[in-house]
Amino acid sequence: MSRSTVAIALAGSGGAGVMTIGSMLLEAAARSGYYGLFSRLSGPQVRGGEAAALLRIGTVAVESQPDYYDALVAIDWGHVERFATEIPLQATSLIVGDPRMGEPPEAMLASGATLWKLPFSEQAATVRGGRPNMVALGVVSALLGLDPDELERVVVAKIGAKGEAIIEASRAALRAGRSLPLPDGGALALASPADPKPRWLISGNEAAAVGALRGGIRFVAGYPITPATEVVEWLAPVLPELGGTLLQAEDELAAVGMAVGASYGGVPAMTVTSGPGLSLMVETLGLAIAAEMPLVLIDVMRGGPSTGIPTKSEQSDLNLAIYGTHGDAPRLVLAPVSIADTLATTQWSVELAEALQVPAIVLSDQGMGQTRSVIDAPALHDSPDSRLRAGPLEPDSYRRYAITDSGISPMTAPGDAHGQWIGDGLTHNERGTPSSAAKDHHAQLAKRLRKLESHDFGARWAEVEGDGEVAVITWGSTVGPTREAIARLVASGHRLRHVAIRLLAPLQREALAAALRGVRRVIVVEVNQAGQLAQYLRATGAIPVPVESHARPGPLPLRPRELVETLSRWCSQ
Amino acid sequence: MNAPTLPKLDPKDFKSDVKPIWCPGCGDFGVLAALTRASAQVGRPPEEIAVVSGIGCSSRLPAYTSAYGFHGVHGRALPFAIGLKSARPDIEVIAVGGDGDGYSIGGNHFLHACRRNVDLVYIVMDNHVYGMTKGQPSPTTEPDWICNIAPAGTGLHPLNPMTLAVAAGANFIARGFTGDPNGLARLIVEAIAWPGFAFIEVLSPCVTFRPEQKDWKHAVHAGPAEPLSDRARAAAVLLSDDGFGTGIFFKGERSRAHPLPAASRTMDDIERRFAL
Ligand SMILES: Cc1ncc(C[n+]2csc(CCOP(=O)(O)OP(=O)(O)O)c2C)c(N)n1
Ligand code: SF4
Repeated sequence: MSRSTVAIALAGSGGAGVMTIGSMLLEAAARSGYYGLFSRLSGPQVRGGEAAALLRIGTVAVESQPDYYDALVAIDWGHVERFATEIPLQATSLIVGDPRMGEPPEAMLASGATLWKLPFSEQAATVRGGRPNMVALGVVSALLGLDPDELERVVVAKIGAKGEAIIEASRAALRAGRSLPLPDGGALALASPADPKPRWLISGNEAAAVGALRGGIRFVAGYPITPATEVVEWLAPVLPELGGTLLQAEDELAAVGMAVGASYGGVPAMTVTSGPGLSLMVETLGLAIAAEMPLVLIDVMRGGPSTGIPTKSEQSDLNLAIYGTHGDAPRLVLAPVSIADTLATTQWSVELAEALQVPAIVLSDQGMGQTRSVIDAPALHDSPDSRLRAGPLEPDSYRRYAITDSGISPMTAPGDAHGQWIGDGLTHNERGTPSSAAKDHHAQLAKRLRKLESHDFGARWAEVEGDGEVAVITWGSTVGPTREAIARLVASGHRLRHVAIRLLAPLQREALAAALRGVRRVIVVEVNQAGQLAQYLRATGAIPVPVESHARPGPLPLRPRELVETLSRWCSQ
Repeated sequence: MNAPTLPKLDPKDFKSDVKPIWCPGCGDFGVLAALTRASAQVGRPPEEIAVVSGIGCSSRLPAYTSAYGFHGVHGRALPFAIGLKSARPDIEVIAVGGDGDGYSIGGNHFLHACRRNVDLVYIVMDNHVYGMTKGQPSPTTEPDWICNIAPAGTGLHPLNPMTLAVAAGANFIARGFTGDPNGLARLIVEAIAWPGFAFIEVLSPCVTFRPEQKDWKHAVHAGPAEPLSDRARAAAVLLSDDGFGTGIFFKGERSRAHPLPAASRTMDDIERRFAL
C-alpha cells in the first residue's frame, strides 16, 4: 500500500553526513513533485556530536511534525539515544542500522519497532571512496520509491564542485545502497504526487527575510542569536544588492536603536532576535511606541526563560511581545500560521508597521524558522510605501503628533523642508514638545490606541476553518499539527472549528466573537507552560464561553496525536 | 583647517522656540550656542541636520535646535545616530549627551561607535556628575567626590574617554569648553568636516551639583598646537593630559565612509534560488 506521507529520521554521529543526505533526499523528493519538511537535530555540542535529519515527505503540503517516524535510519549509533523523545517510534516503525556499528539503543527498540540490519559500511567499502551515508541514501530512496535519476541529479548538483572522482564514488555508493535487498520491499512507498505546481524550497527564517524585503525593509540591524541568526546572515549579502544596509550591532540594545534611527530617516527598518534579545529591546520598543516609529521586530522564539533551550522551539514569548515594556504601550503582534505564511505575514507586518507608525513584532519560532519546507510558489508583489508622508509644508505649520480621527499623523523625514520634529519618549504635545500635562498625556495615549483599534485589518487577522460547536484556537507553529489533527477527526465524522490567529494584537475581538458564534467549547492549543494565549483571550473577554487551555511547554514539537484523543472526547461529550 | 564657507545662515536659524529646562549658568547653554554657530558656518539648512541624544539634562538639547532630532532612551544616542546615518548618509548627524549617558549606560556603544567609525559627530557634555538625577557620580567623577550615594567618595578610577576613543578607533578627537563657545564652534565645524567618527569631549559645568566647576574657566588651557595623526603618540599625550587642554588632539584617516550602494538586483532575481 502506498502512503500519502512518510516520516524518516536519519541519524548518526557528527561527520557521518546525515544532514547532507537529508537535504538531498528532500530536494530529490521535491523535484519529483512531493512536498516535505526537513529539520535538523543536534546534540548540545557546538560542533560535531550526534545529529539527525528529520524528514517528512508527502503528496500534499506538510505543515506538521509527524506523530511517529516510519523509519529511523542510522549510519552509526553515536549518542543517538539522546534523541529518543524527539524521534518517536511505534511498533510499525522500522529501525535500520548497520550491524557493524553495534546495537540500536534500548530506548528506541522499546517502541517495538522492527529492526533491519543493513551493512552500510560494508557495502560502501565495495566502492572506491564510497561513504556509508550515500549507501543509506540509496536504501532510503528505494524504500520510498523515489525516482533514482532525480536523486542522482540532485546528488551530482550538490557535490558537483568536489570533482568527478567524488561524484562517481557517490553515485556508485548510492546504487550500491539501492541494490541492497529490502527485507520487506516497498513498505514505505509514497503514492504518486499530484500534478506538481511551481514550488519553492525555503526555511521559515528565509521566508521571513524575503517577506521583509518584499514589504520594503531596507535597513536591518541584528545581534547574533540562535535560532534567529540565519535571518540576518541571509539578508547580509542581499540588502546591499537592493540598495539597503545591514549592520551587526554590538548588542540588542544597539540593534533596535539602530533600526529606530533608520526608520526616523524614512527607511523601513527591522531587527531580528530571539527571546533574550527581545528582553533587552523592550525599553526601546516602548520608545518606538511613544514616538510612533514604524519598526519591524522578528522574534524567532526558543525555549525560555533566560538562556533556556537555544536550539529548540517554544511559544513562550507571547506575553513579552504583547505586554513587554512599561506604560500603556499598544503595538502590533503577529504570528505566521505556517512556514509558507511566514513570508506573507512578515510582509504584512511591514505594511502595518509603516501605515500605523508603530512597532510590529513577528513571532516565529525555532521550529518554523529552522525547518526547510517545500511550499507552493508564493504570489509575490512589492508592497507600496504605506507610510503616511506629509506633503510640502509651510514654515512653522508641521505638527508631528497632530490629533487626527484615525490617530495617524503625517510623517516627515530629515531633508523635508519645514518638517523638523524631535522624536521623543517623553510625553509630548502635538508638536512633539515635551509636556507633562494631563491633557497631552491622555490625548496622545488615546491617539496611539485609536490608530490600532480603529484600523480595518480585514479578514487576514485569522484563518477560520470548519463549523463545529467545538472550536480550537491556535497560533504560530501549533496551527499545522492542529490542522492535521482536525482533518483526521473530520475524516472520522466529527465537526470542529479552527481559528488560527495571525494578528494577536490588537486582538480582533468582534471578528473573533463572530468566528466563534454558536460554539459550546473553546480550547486554546499552544506550546508554553502557562497557556499565555488562553490567559490573554480570557482577559479580553472576547470569547462567549469559558476558554479552556491545552498548553504544555517545549521543547518537543506539538504532534497531531496529542490533540486527536482530547478533541474527539470533547466532540462526543 | 579649511577656510569655513561664508555664513549665509544665522545661528538663530538653528534655534527653536522651546525654552531650555536647564539651570541658569549650566554649561550646556554654551554647547547649544556653539552648535548653532557651527551649523550656520557649515551652511547646511536645519532640515539637513539631525541632532540625536539619550537622556539627561544635556540630552535635552535636540529640542532646543530647529533641526531634525531625537531624544531617545538613556544611553542609546549612538546606535540611533548610526542607524540614521547609515540609512541616510546625506543627512548631517550629530549625537549629543552627558557623561553618564555616554560613558556609563551607553559605554559599550561609545566603544563600538569609535570602532565602526561612521561619519558623524558625537558631543559629550561632561560635567563629571549625573545632573538630571540630582548629583550622583558618573564614570568621570573624581574618586574622592562626596555625595549622598557615595558618602566617602567612589574610590573609583575616573574614565579617560579620549584615550579610550583613540584606542577604539575614533577618527577625530577633541576637547572643548563651554566657557569658549566660539572655540567650541570651531571644533564642531572641523569635526563635521572630518570624515568618520568625530568625538568632542566638552567640559560643561554643572553649576547646581558641582558648583566648584565654575572654576574650570581658570583651569582650561590650550591643548596641542597641532593634532596628532599617530594613535600611539596621541594616546600617550592623552594619558598624561591634565584633562583641561582644549583643541584637537587627534585626526586620523581622511578616507570617506562608503556611500549607500545602488540597487543592482531585483527581488525576482534574488528569490530564484528558492524555486525548484
Ligand atoms: C534606563 C534608565 N535608567 C536610569 C535613568 C535615570 N537617569 C536619567 S538621566 C540620568 C543620568 C544623566 O547623567 P548624564 O548623562 O551625565 O547627563 P546630565 O544630566 O549630567 O547632563 C539617569 C541615571 C533613565 N532615564 N533611564
Ligand atoms: S542640574 Fe547641572 S547639568 Fe542639569 S541643568 Fe542644572 S546645571 Fe545643568
